[in-house]
Amino acid sequence: MRRGVAITGMGIVSAIGTSAEENFHALVNGTDGLTAIDNIETIHRDSIRAGEIKRTTMQLAEDLRLAPDHTFSRTAMLGAIAARQAVAHSAIGAINARHTGLISATTVGGVDLTEKYYRRYFEDPDCLKYVSSHDVGNVAHKIADELGLRGFVTTVSTACSSAANAIMFGARLIQSGKLERAIVGGTDALTKFTINGFKTLMILSDAKSMPFDNDRKGLNLGEAAAYLVLESDAVVEEDGKTVLARVSGYGNANDAFHLTASSENGDGAYRAMMKALTTAAARPEDIDYINVHGTATPNNDLSEGRAMLRVFGEHRVPDFSSTKPFSGHALGAAAAIEAVYSILALQHGVVFPNLNFTTPMEEFDLIPQTSVKRKPIRHVMSNSFGFGGNCSTLIFSQSE
Amino acid sequence: MRTTYITGMGCISAQRTFDTSFLEGAAVNEGVNVLPAAPPAYKEFISPVALRRMANGVKNGIVASVLALREAGTDSVDAIVTGSGLGCIDDSEKFLKAILDTNEEYLTPLSFIQSSNNTVGTQLALRLGCTAYNFTFVNAAVSFESALLDAALLIDEREAATVLVGGVDETTDFALSLYKAAGFIKTHEPPYPVLHSVSKGVVYGEGAAFFVLDEKKSPGACAAIVDVDIVNRLDAGDIAGTIGAFIASNGLDVAEIDALVLGYNGDAEYDGYYATLSETLFAGTPQVYYKHLSGEYNTASAFGLWVGVNILKTQSIPGIISVNAVERREYRNILLYNHYKGRDQSMILIAKA
Repeated sequence: MRRGVAITGMGIVSAIGTSAEENFHALVNGTDGLTAIDNIETIHRDSIRAGEIKRTTMQLAEDLRLAPDHTFSRTAMLGAIAARQAVAHSAIGAINARHTGLISATTVGGVDLTEKYYRRYFEDPDCLKYVSSHDVGNVAHKIADELGLRGFVTTVSTACSSAANAIMFGARLIQSGKLERAIVGGTDALTKFTINGFKTLMILSDAKSMPFDNDRKGLNLGEAAAYLVLESDAVVEEDGKTVLARVSGYGNANDAFHLTASSENGDGAYRAMMKALTTAAARPEDIDYINVHGTATPNNDLSEGRAMLRVFGEHRVPDFSSTKPFSGHALGAAAAIEAVYSILALQHGVVFPNLNFTTPMEEFDLIPQTSVKRKPIRHVMSNSFGFGGNCSTLIFSQSE
Repeated sequence: MRTTYITGMGCISAQRTFDTSFLEGAAVNEGVNVLPAAPPAYKEFISPVALRRMANGVKNGIVASVLALREAGTDSVDAIVTGSGLGCIDDSEKFLKAILDTNEEYLTPLSFIQSSNNTVGTQLALRLGCTAYNFTFVNAAVSFESALLDAALLIDEREAATVLVGGVDETTDFALSLYKAAGFIKTHEPPYPVLHSVSKGVVYGEGAAFFVLDEKKSPGACAAIVDVDIVNRLDAGDIAGTIGAFIASNGLDVAEIDALVLGYNGDAEYDGYYATLSETLFAGTPQVYYKHLSGEYNTASAFGLWVGVNILKTQSIPGIISVNAVERREYRNILLYNHYKGRDQSMILIAKA
């Protein structure tokens, strides 16, 4: 196995908790965060279930102690909260003393502000201060400023695989020597834009989602942010850092099949998983747990399941579960919160349950882990697939 | 990082850059505050059915890519990396407007599907049948530089031998009117000179420039990408030091930089960053600017790279882009420096192939 890049800190805010500990307790206690929508004015608020963080945008601004005339979008606030946690967890002092980068992911950026001010921009000049905040890249700017980070800052946006790609890019920048430290992850708030977008695609479930169930009806959206601190081995040694786990493998491939749908046999997913195993120098049997993409759309679970069977072989697919019935599908942040869940699985030796599963899919014989399972876990695979056929797989490993 | 080679380029901009030699027929228009892209004959590249659904950014991205691949003499690559500051802003706006207009009822998914920031990159994957690595960066003025760095890194890691990499941005009437209202775009009476401007704000633009990057120096290679770096925030006083260190880290001396390509955009508030370099470190170096031809947009620096590579290729600097009267007999190393409002600073070092 390849040694991989050290993870020395993590931070998370999601519908099931505002710290890694809270998220872990919800995961092992089977407590989901799916509810009707409180904080967004939408006609769908009672007809769908979503993983909403029960803090208003005003409360989040207070949590961050933002100035009254701030221009943070909700996405940027969630991101800043999680990134600050990660930096504190890694006990980073002077952030610019090491060559540090921020690689952030988002899909909606500041759409929540655009939704609010679209009609008011030309009537109320005060609103014009929000114009820059719409840009997806503005989220990373805001987070960097909150962290006082002046160096390398960029943003990845590849739909629902965005954060996996941010983590991958950060790991590669460290390996190449371009950076000594990378703060990597993603953030996305719930917005009217995405709620209606997924609604028009008819892949939103009115009930709590049922990944890999024969009767699955679609996904629940969620909002979340999570960031990891990745550091070079030299920094780990010199600064005496505790290594939580390592990013040991990654794979990125494109389905090149359709703008929104996955190919029937999961070609992109298959390639991404195979590539991740190759970069990790791992064999399929080394994987102890797969945190699957598992959105619970008919298309994704079929395609991902078939791809897993191709990678691991019939009856040889390791324990797997989708944690999206806990958090909702947090789009550009999904792979980041699932990275935190993967690290928690490694640390605590636990496979988290795939909630709401009852009936196996008729197309294949794949049963997700439905209860908490304790066992030693050395390597976790985490899948994330997005619109446009963007497929990414990460492998997280124990730091030996 | 290993040196990589550009073997093909395609550029759609406010000038006719798709079927002419280097800036032949280019004209400066100081009378408008937005420079729209000069459209190529899209129908020669994209089917009419597909064209009807496509926003300008996607169309321009596809045409620029086809031109780059054609020049490189290939139709397959090992990775596609795209930079786009605003992504598919046209479709995003359409969907948002529909949500507000209909109060969330009677919506159709097409513009939502096409609003995803990775639409150009994934359309390219679909068209080329490219199942390999596919990435999209969306960090304002360093969207393209992030993509270029990633592309070079992929080759360095031997993950890819050839990469299609580019920058693309489109505009919409609504976004432009907001930028004017917010003061990002100049609104005073013309003219709008980019050099020695005394007013705030910029002349805006749009376009797409794509490049084929190769691990090998083929006979058709037109330039080498030596290094790329990004800095989120830099004080004006630290620029010379940062750029000097970047050059030195590549084993070069300031005197060995044969031309400096600067991102002057006419914003009197921030163009001082460029002027500082012009007047100090690089006072004796030929200097070039280009945003008076392309307009400013998040990925205008991809047009800047197209300009830089063409200088190496033709070994000449057209008068229309010269900042100073300095010339060199030979152009071997060129440094590109760009930022927007002091933020998203970037440096690209290129060399004669």
